[in-house]
Formats: sequence, C-alpha cells, structure tokens
Amino acid sequence: MDSVILSARGLTRHFGGLRAVDGVDFDLYTGEIHALIGPNGAGKTTFVGLLSGRVPVQAGSITLGGEDITALPAHARVRKGIAYTFQITSVYPRLSVYDNVALAVPPESGELRPAVMAALSRVGLADRADQIAGTLSYGHQRLLELGMGLALRPRVLILDEPTQGLASGEVAGFAALVRSLVPETTVLLIEHNMELVMDLAQRITVLNFGQVLATGTPAEIRANTAVQAAYLGGDDAAA
Amino acid sequence: MKVWVAHLAVLAVLGVLLAVLPAYHATNLARILTLAVFATGYNLAFGYTGLLSLGHALFFAAGVYGAALPVTYWGLSPLPAIGLGCLAGGGLAALVGLLALRTAGVSFMIVTLMFAQAGYLTLLYFGQITGGDEGLVMPDATALIPGLSPDTARAVIAFTLFAVALLLSLAVIRSRLGRVMVAMRENEERSRMLGYNPFTVKLSALVLSGLFAGAAGAGYALLFGYAGASFATIQYSILPMLWVLMGGAGTTLGPLLGTAAMFYLVDGAARITTATLLVVGVALVLLILFAPKGILGTIRERGARWIP
Repeated sequence: MDSVILSARGLTRHFGGLRAVDGVDFDLYTGEIHALIGPNGAGKTTFVGLLSGRVPVQAGSITLGGEDITALPAHARVRKGIAYTFQITSVYPRLSVYDNVALAVPPESGELRPAVMAALSRVGLADRADQIAGTLSYGHQRLLELGMGLALRPRVLILDEPTQGLASGEVAGFAALVRSLVPETTVLLIEHNMELVMDLAQRITVLNFGQVLATGTPAEIRANTAVQAAYLGGDDAAA
Repeated sequence: MKVWVAHLAVLAVLGVLLAVLPAYHATNLARILTLAVFATGYNLAFGYTGLLSLGHALFFAAGVYGAALPVTYWGLSPLPAIGLGCLAGGGLAALVGLLALRTAGVSFMIVTLMFAQAGYLTLLYFGQITGGDEGLVMPDATALIPGLSPDTARAVIAFTLFAVALLLSLAVIRSRLGRVMVAMRENEERSRMLGYNPFTVKLSALVLSGLFAGAAGAGYALLFGYAGASFATIQYSILPMLWVLMGGAGTTLGPLLGTAAMFYLVDGAARITTATLLVVGVALVLLILFAPKGILGTIRERGARWIP
C-alpha cells in the first residue's frame, strides 16, 4: 500500500450535546482520490474543518506526512500543504480573477505571473484573468475557487462539495480536472453526487452520526449493508 | 510606472504651491500636509485593511509628546525628535494592537477608543510634565533648519513628511503585504485559508498606521509650536476617519484630498457662521448619501480604475 500522507486518530469535536465528530480514525494515502460521504449532518464538514484547522480539535491527533499538526492554526496548516476549498464559494468578489489567484500563490514560489496563469489555465479561466471575480457565473466562481486551491500547490486538497450547484455538463469537466490532479496532489472530496463519487474515488469513507461507518473501495461501499441502511433508512440505521 | 509618475506629479504641484503661495496660504497648506500624513496612515489601517479604529488620537498624541517631551526637557533638537515621535506612535500602536486585535468590528472600535481615552487621562494625570490641557509651548520653528525663515522651514519639513508618507504608502499597497491587507479587508476567512495569519497582517498594518500617526503628531507639534493633551481626545480619532471617508478610503491620494477639503470647508464655514461643525456634518451626510466612496473613490468607480 502507498504511504499515508494525512492521518487522524480519535478525532473528536462535540458541540454541546451534539457529537459532530466522535472519535474518528482516518488515513489518507498519498496520491489517492478519497471521497467522504454520509447523510446530511453526519459530520463531514466538521471533520474536514478539523483537518484543515478551521474548527479547533477537542481530542485526538492529526499528522501530515508524519508530523503532528494538531496544534497548528489553520493558516500554518495551509503553508504546510493542506488546502481547503469552501462549500459555499468564497472568493474575493471585488478583486480581479488574476488577483484572486495571485493571493493564493505562496510567497516563496518565485515569479508570480507564470504561477497564476498556470493555475488559471488548469481550470480554464485564463481568458478571464482581468474580469472582476464577483461578475463571474456561479460555475466559473467554483472553478476560480478550485484554481486558488491549485495555486497553493497543496499536498492535500480538500474539496467541500465542489459540484454543488453545477450544471451536469460542468460536472463532467470538473471530474476530469480532479482526476488530472492526482497523483501529484492527494484529494479529499466531500460529495453528494454518488455517481461522481463512485466514478472518481479510489476509496470512500462513510461517516454517520460523527463516526466512521465504513471505509473501502467503491465496490465494497456499495455492497455494505450498514451503508445502505444509513442512506435508505431502516431498522439497522437506528442501532 | 504611470502610477508613480502621477504621484510624483502631485508632489511637484504641492512643492510649487508651497513656494509661490503667500505666507498665510502656504502655512495653511503646510498644516494640511502634516495632517494628511495622519490621514494617510489612518487609511492604511482603515481604507486598505478594514480596521475601523477609534483610537488613533492616541498614536497621534504619542507622536506629539514623543517629540515634545525630549525637546522640552532634554533640549533635543527638533529633527531627531520627529523620528522619536514616529517611533512612539508605532510602538504604542504595536502595544494596543497586540491586545485590541483579539477583537474585531464593533468591539475593536470600542477597545481602541478605550485605550485612547486611557491615554488622554494619563496625559492629564501627569499634567505637571505634559502640561495637560494647557499644553507645552514648543521652541520657535526657526530653529528647525538653520538659515531658513520659519515659514520656509515649516514648508520644507511638512512637504518632506508628506512626500515620504505618500510614497511609502504607495509602496506598501503595491507590495505583497499591501495586497494581503486588502485581502483581509475583503474576506478574512478566505485569506486565512490561503495561509495568511490575520493577526500578524492586521498588526503590521496597525503599526505602520501608528508610525504615520506618530510622525504626523511630532511634525504638528514642532511645526506649529504646541503640544497638548487635547490631541489625545476623541476628536483626533474621528477627524482622520472623516478625512479619509471624504477623500476616498482605500485610495492613496484620498486622505490628502479629504484633509484639504475638510480644512477649507471649515475655514469657509467659519467666515459665515460660528456653527462650523454643523456645516461639516451636513457635508458628511451628503457625502455618505451621494458618494459613499469619497471623492477619489467615486472617480475611480466611474472609470479611472487605475487609481491605486
């Protein structure tokens, strides 16, 4: 098996009585596309919030490439190579597309312009570099968000429901783009579109009530009765 | 390039004005330039970084006394005293920032206001040294540069202070730090997730802003011969905000424009009525209603997008 790049042990975050993330063990292998799925409220966004540092950890530990990063604040984790793209598009609406991406390019990566244009070409927005980001269509803003993630040159790219609100034609292009990122970048994908998940992911982790319900290949997950119960409802899910 | 040339041209015009205007108007302009340094610094924090501080009077007063006390009690010559005032403003801004930047928005306004009030009360408490409300009279400005008349010396120093402040602020906003400052203003959470530490970026902006305020305070005390606790009152926190709003927050030349506009507005109003603040208030209401981005901000929006 490949080496583990990002790993979590006993990761926990409770909000009052709500156990949003409850003792999750998780391994992300270098160069894979790993999907995180689960019913609404299963704790997916909180879980990646813990990984990226947006949400403070209550218990457990996180390591990146063997280094313990549990205590690092979010911005320092980004510098270490964990990029997070927002579930709700979060760009700088009043700045140009170029400036949006330029802000993402790490200070030490030499000349700015080639790095920005490379990221923009990758997501197909190179010809819109001078446009004000707020005037882009929704689909293009999602691509810009991804472009900013790429410009960070992350080791791990966390995509939080990237295809939400995209037209089906755009989803296909998006899938091709994500596939082209590996194995240089490792991708952790939260996604509700099961067709896309089964198509893209090499491995899938299913969260339910803040706990890992199952981990495995798409075929294994599809065959897992507990997963089926959690999604379809039924007596097993309540147990 | 175009931008630098435009700014140098503005400075050249100011230089010529100072040289050819009659003494009364030249002195007014020197006053405006010195206060515009304060506004330019305020703009770095408020206009570019989105830090709405109500405590900048403290940094201005730190500059006033950072320069005035050594001159009064140790006989320091005025030029190095301006440097000391500048450092006092920046140092105090760092100290206040370390504590106040744990808050944001309205809390930040209140905390900075409280610090400034505490500073004002401190100045009054040590009234025997600071002169309190009565203040200290500074030595004649003639001493600033030997061989020049007081008016000329004043013009030269005010011009130099403003030129340095303007070009420095332009350099900052065109630097990487400047772009990240704007990023913090536009979307702090996004900026954090691009690897920027909001605290250090905002602290840097506040310290820079404090350095400018300190230099302006020191210059003002020495050029116009007076240092008093009144410089630490809330009025001197509100004024730079008004100047910046009027000229255009987040534009390099807006602070100068706003300072000058407000100065002549008050000056003009004073000829007609004693209720000058009423005129200022009406002007501000009109501005907020019809040109909320200020003079230069509105011009930029209407097509001159290259204005920094």
